[in-house]
Amino acid sequence: MKYIDEFNDPGLARRLLDEIRATVTRPWALMEVCGGQTHSIIRHGIDQLLPEEVELIHGPGCPVCVTPLEVIDKALEIASRPEVIFCSFGDMLRVPGTDRDLFRVKGEGGDVRVVYSPLDALQLARHHPDRQVVFFAIGFETTAPANAMAVHQARRLGLDNFSLLVSHVRVPPAIEAIMTAPACRVQGFLAAGHVCSVMGISEYPELAERHRVPIVVTGFEPLDILEGVRRAVHQLERGEHRVENAYPRAVREAGNPAALRMLEEVFEVADRSWRGIGRIPASGWRLTDAFRAYDAEHRFDVTGIRTEEPAVCRAGEVLQGLIKPTECSAFGTTCTPRTPLGATMVSSEGACAAYYLYRRMNGQNSQGAPAPRGAGIPQEEMNSVG
Amino acid sequence: MAELVSEAAPETVDPANWTCPAPLRDQPVVVMGHGGGGALSAELIEQVFAPAYGNPTLARMGDSAVLDLGGARLAFSTDSHVVRPLFFPGGSLGDLAVNGTVNDLAMSGARPAHLSAAFVLEEGVELRVVDRVARAMGAAAEAAGVTVVTGDTKVVEAGHGDGVYVTTAGVGLVPEGVDIRPQRARPGDAVIVSGPIGLHGVAIMSVREGLEFGVEVTSDTAPLADLVAAMLAVTPDIHVLRDPTRGGLAASLNEIARASGTGVRLNERAIPVPDAVVNACGFLGLDPLYVANEGRLVAFVPPTEADAVLAAMRAHPQGGGATLIGECVADHPGMVVVATGLGGTRVVDLPLGEQLPRIC
Repeated sequence: MKYIDEFNDPGLARRLLDEIRATVTRPWALMEVCGGQTHSIIRHGIDQLLPEEVELIHGPGCPVCVTPLEVIDKALEIASRPEVIFCSFGDMLRVPGTDRDLFRVKGEGGDVRVVYSPLDALQLARHHPDRQVVFFAIGFETTAPANAMAVHQARRLGLDNFSLLVSHVRVPPAIEAIMTAPACRVQGFLAAGHVCSVMGISEYPELAERHRVPIVVTGFEPLDILEGVRRAVHQLERGEHRVENAYPRAVREAGNPAALRMLEEVFEVADRSWRGIGRIPASGWRLTDAFRAYDAEHRFDVTGIRTEEPAVCRAGEVLQGLIKPTECSAFGTTCTPRTPLGATMVSSEGACAAYYLYRRMNGQNSQGAPAPRGAGIPQEEMNSVG
Repeated sequence: MAELVSEAAPETVDPANWTCPAPLRDQPVVVMGHGGGGALSAELIEQVFAPAYGNPTLARMGDSAVLDLGGARLAFSTDSHVVRPLFFPGGSLGDLAVNGTVNDLAMSGARPAHLSAAFVLEEGVELRVVDRVARAMGAAAEAAGVTVVTGDTKVVEAGHGDGVYVTTAGVGLVPEGVDIRPQRARPGDAVIVSGPIGLHGVAIMSVREGLEFGVEVTSDTAPLADLVAAMLAVTPDIHVLRDPTRGGLAASLNEIARASGTGVRLNERAIPVPDAVVNACGFLGLDPLYVANEGRLVAFVPPTEADAVLAAMRAHPQGGGATLIGECVADHPGMVVVATGLGGTRVVDLPLGEQLPRIC
């Protein structure tokens, strides 16, 4: 396929890998911020191909994994109501709340639907004027403009049966939180290309300068990721810490002005909790007062739901590369992919889930061994029938 | 939050009152994933159906049961068919109802002979719709060389069904000397797929979700018994056959790996995935390995027979795109590992339930 196959070329990948190998002289820890990049790294086995000096730490950039338990519980409460059609992106349906997930709500009679866009949910609101349609607005800066557009349209069309359950998060404050954490190991960032295609790159030079880390805006195809790694390693080896755009085919310095205008009109910056990490100042968005009427939390009066993360879970430290998953006391006992306590076990690509799968693949004693990443949710061994 | 215990205290097991501790995914109700052909489906069988009426034949977990009956080796299978919409590019519920059961029989090496057809109709469905489904079944049966010899009809009240459900069962005879079942996979076996994967799932998604992928994608629904006969004509020693329907190639290969205690290693670049499927899956965040097929088979054959079987498959209309995609290995028993196009590896696990479009 034009413009995809070209970025998945084994010959070019080998050349980039050779160049990285020739450049690196000491260990470096890079964090890829975005879950989409993590997925691509796992899907193509990129982390196993890099020289061992280059460690990729999977960042907190999967919006599904970092949606706080409290917000999931609010979603479950709203989706259970008979008057509600609850619309969500597909992968949110299996993220566990305190005692169930959206699949379970659907199984118990809740009207839960997978949609591909908030505008699909808006259409449902037009076609079902007697029902309340709620869209689960999760994601980083990438999905936020379309969600803002949906609310904007709802107001323009006079649709008072449409609302958003908002759980938007912003990348730069997360980078700030990671860099200011005690014993932070991250020495360079692959910034999320799709986020930057909306926001531009103006928020990053100050971060790069203050924390003295290279930040390379990176795409999602294998060659994009290898090029991001190559540039980050190159800077680190030369003692530099600049912002570079290694994804110019999608990212302009100023971002997408129309999307930015839409965001500014509909959302305002707010503090936000991240599952497995905790509260990060100014790391989220909420609807502005002008659009508060479309806020499902207020409309369905679930603002009082307060759920604490299990204290035993150390996903936050795993996400920051401070500990290996196997160092957590809950790993493989009370916390498994079937009963995840934290973000890194919820996601099939999370570090804890990958270690869990690796342990299954190589017997039960891989404590501390480097884990090849695995896609898919590991399952317990099944008993034979009969 | 329930109080968490980080270290389980050792317990004394009372064998008389012991029950399997594996949770049914902590689900007290049926969820869509229980019908997805993945781990949830397997758990439902193992924890509900097997304890209720399990027996050694059921325990083989083949696509069909092979029974010694009156001196004959009879293959017997049943399959329920629910699809929305009823008619889609390349086929219909009627095609699936016939081909699904015909193919389940064929995966044990049987020559399918006769089917039953039981309809559950929803009050209010237009009779011309039922007529179209029935005619499609007739045409599919003729193409597959089987006859529909018995049936049943039930009607449920409006709102208690989804238009038309069809359950078919089928019987066929397994030739002497043929023993095809998932437990027979052996390290060294060649793993062959009969053609491009993912077409049925993407065809259904394209009409169900109103998504356009640039070109019309048509379902691959087809009967495979004749292709299997052509393969058996080359060698009766085919170890395993599976038609990778729900859960796709990933689910079938995981089931075979687990049943046989072997591992499977695939070469990603060898797996035939049409551009339209690549694009659709890329757009939706799905993996083609998990997408349903309705006219494909995956075969495990001894390495010495691989070339001959491949040639026989490629000479057949249903196997023109047959490809060697990997091998059965002694490493990582029960697991499927893919060598990626760039030279890395990834584990392809059994899907939990239905694959979900990803946001990230």
